[in-house]
Amino acid sequence: MALSRDAVRHIALLARLQLSAEEEATFTEQLDHILQHFERLAALDTESVDPTAHIVDIEAAYRDDVVTNPAGPEELRANAPARDGDFFKVPKIIE
Amino acid sequence: MRQSTVDLHSLTIEQAGALLAKREISAVELTRATLERIGATEPQIHSFITVTEEVALAQARAADERRARGETGPLLGIPVGIKDIILTKGIRTTAGSKILGNFVAPYDATVTRKLLDAGAVCVGKTNCDEFAMGSSTENSAFEVTRNPWDHERVPGGSSGGSASAIAARQCLGTLGTDTGGSIRQPAACCGIVGIKPTYGRVSRYGVVAYASSLDQVGPMAKTVSGCTHLLQVIAGHDRSDSTSVNRPVPDYAARLDGSAQGLRIGIPREYFVEGMQPEVEQAVRAAVRILERLGARVSEVSLPHTEYAIPAYYLIATAEASSNLARYDGVRYGLRTAESDGLLAMYQRSRAAGFGTEVKRRIMLGTYALSAGYYDAYYLKAQKVRTLIRRDFEKVFASQDVIVTPTAPTTAFRIGEKTSDPLQMYLSDIFTISVNLAGLPGLSLPCGFDASGLPIGLQIVGRPFEEETVFRAAHAYEQATDWHEKTASSFKLQAASR
Repeated sequence: MALSRDAVRHIALLARLQLSAEEEATFTEQLDHILQHFERLAALDTESVDPTAHIVDIEAAYRDDVVTNPAGPEELRANAPARDGDFFKVPKIIE
Repeated sequence: MRQSTVDLHSLTIEQAGALLAKREISAVELTRATLERIGATEPQIHSFITVTEEVALAQARAADERRARGETGPLLGIPVGIKDIILTKGIRTTAGSKILGNFVAPYDATVTRKLLDAGAVCVGKTNCDEFAMGSSTENSAFEVTRNPWDHERVPGGSSGGSASAIAARQCLGTLGTDTGGSIRQPAACCGIVGIKPTYGRVSRYGVVAYASSLDQVGPMAKTVSGCTHLLQVIAGHDRSDSTSVNRPVPDYAARLDGSAQGLRIGIPREYFVEGMQPEVEQAVRAAVRILERLGARVSEVSLPHTEYAIPAYYLIATAEASSNLARYDGVRYGLRTAESDGLLAMYQRSRAAGFGTEVKRRIMLGTYALSAGYYDAYYLKAQKVRTLIRRDFEKVFASQDVIVTPTAPTTAFRIGEKTSDPLQMYLSDIFTISVNLAGLPGLSLPCGFDASGLPIGLQIVGRPFEEETVFRAAHAYEQATDWHEKTASSFKLQAASR
């Protein structure tokens, strides 16, 4: 199964990545090559095998509902690329 | 007698700790020597993205004051480097990416906090592949780190700067992270010791996420003993990371007795494959014979699903990465391109400008594996294969205490050798990634050199949460050999000729 350029364009949109024409071409070829190598997984019969999402048994972690953030709001906002006072600034969303 | 200051940077954590305890040297002297070494060698090696000279000297003074007040501890006053994917409050933390090029961490990762609380001195943030995605550190947006043993070769990756810093004796210990071999493979390439602990042994809080079900922080140092001291401090449950496991941390150093008596070692036949460098196989087989002489019982074992590990890993890791890296949207932190035509375009352009090629490739692969119509064939299939790989290890560990393998099929490759063929780069992780999929502890230590004088790594894998058994085996082998005492001679010559 060959990966099409259109499929790559669609994936890039889902991933919110603007690709150049050159990147699109390279990724189409490389991802196709990589996925072909990965086809070998299909040879394994996994019909009765359960998937492993996580290796340790995780228990729900409960804690009291109190603020424990070590960094204050100002420290967290300090890395914002664009701010307006206490707010993060983004381009206009609703026309 | 006082050590001459020129040699201080070459000390191991244990040696420096002993001299500090006897007050023969101070943390400030040791830190100064380390910073001088960094100054002299960094123009050639490029282990660090940021050197934190002032912070280090202040922390060293504080360590000396703590000792003067009667405090002790194996890391009190020891200069360390921290991989630049681990948050350090008030210090730039880039994850090797342009998208976090100006990011100043607003808080410390739990491992950072634990190291500093133990009195360690942070001399800098080490270089790595962008978001820890890579096996050579060539994917860093900032520098190409050179292997101290041969400057034309890679230090391995993704924790390449953490490994080269130890090999070039720029600091005494470092922290790395390991998602598919990123501590063990660079440790092998640079001739040092590094361990990826059991998944859940060390907190991931404050570590920039790549693949959350696989990522784990671990120590790197010149010796096994050095790694035990670092792991002792960073291991343990953390309420801020619900995947960290709440079980007691044993006294790792106490279990090092120089013996491998009674140890049952499994050698998986699937790890000695065609295409591997003959010198690597010879060195590993010779190492196994030494362990046998030290009292271990060796058997051949089988991990039959090994050949499926690379596809399973690269599907799971990239799927998790595509989801984790969705947070880089140019809103709360990170790079944003200046002029944008609406929100969607801002996301797309900021991410296009901020991420490097390998990161984009993995986001694309992971998004594809998770996308409608392909989820069952790729992502779910890979998770099922992960179960089979985990069961392979469980079967072997029913009759063996540790598994011994090469860390990597070859010694360090040349800079630029694999950058044009991503699949070839992925295949170089063949011996390390299964261990992440199964969540096991795995350590790499030096076991010889090839004809070009490049270090070879021996990997020792243990049962979940049995790091002490892995350390004991590694330490016994280390005590019986002198590979860890060799230093990067090419580097010494080049430094001397300057």
